[in-house]
Amino acid sequence: MEGKIFFSSMRVLRKNLDPLIHARVRLGIVSALAAGETLSFRDLKVLLSTSDGNLSRHAQKLEKAGYIECIKSFQGRMPHTEYRLTSKGTEALLSYVEQMEHMLQVARSVTIDEDDFSN
Amino acid sequence: MRIEYGPIPSRTENSQNQASEHLRFIRDVMERSASFTAVPGWGMVAVGITAALASWVASMQTTSDGILIIWFIEAVVAVTIAIWTLRRKARKCGVSLTSGPGRKYILTLAPSMVAGLLFTVALWQAGNQDLLATLWLLFYGAGTITGGTSSVRVIPILGICFMVMGIISLFLPPAWMHLLLALSFGGLHIGFGLYIARRYGG
Repeated sequence: MEGKIFFSSMRVLRKNLDPLIHARVRLGIVSALAAGETLSFRDLKVLLSTSDGNLSRHAQKLEKAGYIECIKSFQGRMPHTEYRLTSKGTEALLSYVEQMEHMLQVARSVTIDEDDFSN
Repeated sequence: MRIEYGPIPSRTENSQNQASEHLRFIRDVMERSASFTAVPGWGMVAVGITAALASWVASMQTTSDGILIIWFIEAVVAVTIAIWTLRRKARKCGVSLTSGPGRKYILTLAPSMVAGLLFTVALWQAGNQDLLATLWLLFYGAGTITGGTSSVRVIPILGICFMVMGIISLFLPPAWMHLLLALSFGGLHIGFGLYIARRYGG
């Protein structure tokens, strides 16, 4: 019975997870920008150990959703791209962290109940 | 007893692990990102100013012992400034210097510094002081390049500039030593420090 409750609550929690942030690279981009004010494309690439194409694709998705802001400029003749987290992105990350902590609490409470029962 | 619950224990543990792993990933990326930009630009400017002063004072010394003492004092002052400003900026960014990239930076820079110090003593005892400037520039440059791999791109570039200066010093007469050290330890630190302070907030 407890198992059923656990799985249904986990299903609800997983369903409510923001799919935009749940992907590993996008979660990395948002987390990195939450700690550093602005980071260049190259800085993010080094930090997340990913390829140009992969980072560009995921950053575009976050930019479309309004989670990050892209600032394009020129350094001499070279194009320079910088990213910054928007307030919408900050809220999304905070909400994701809260959901993860909640999932952890639910999983822990079920494990504790099982341990009590087995003892 | 646990087997009575069928797959429940393993799945709860799995959910727990997944959630913990995601939270750990977020914390790790945030810590790396904060350390990544925790380079003290103003500290670098201060080190550059003291180095420029040291090379000016050293150029007025009449003995080679005097020159080495001046640069030894400068090295102690520069390391003190660097540690103090690094700790200050790391605290501002909310990261610890002794964990993650901060520790990696110090551990990759330290061997070059220790090797440079040992070679300085060896060359000094052998009475070959003409190569000291080249030695310091190359060892500091190499340490900055390797240490800078876990930091913003400008740090390895600074290391490359030091190594280029070291190579140039091989082709210049020893009398140019003071000017070369002033331009590199003074000028490069001030220039790159100003850029970092402007670009990465202090």
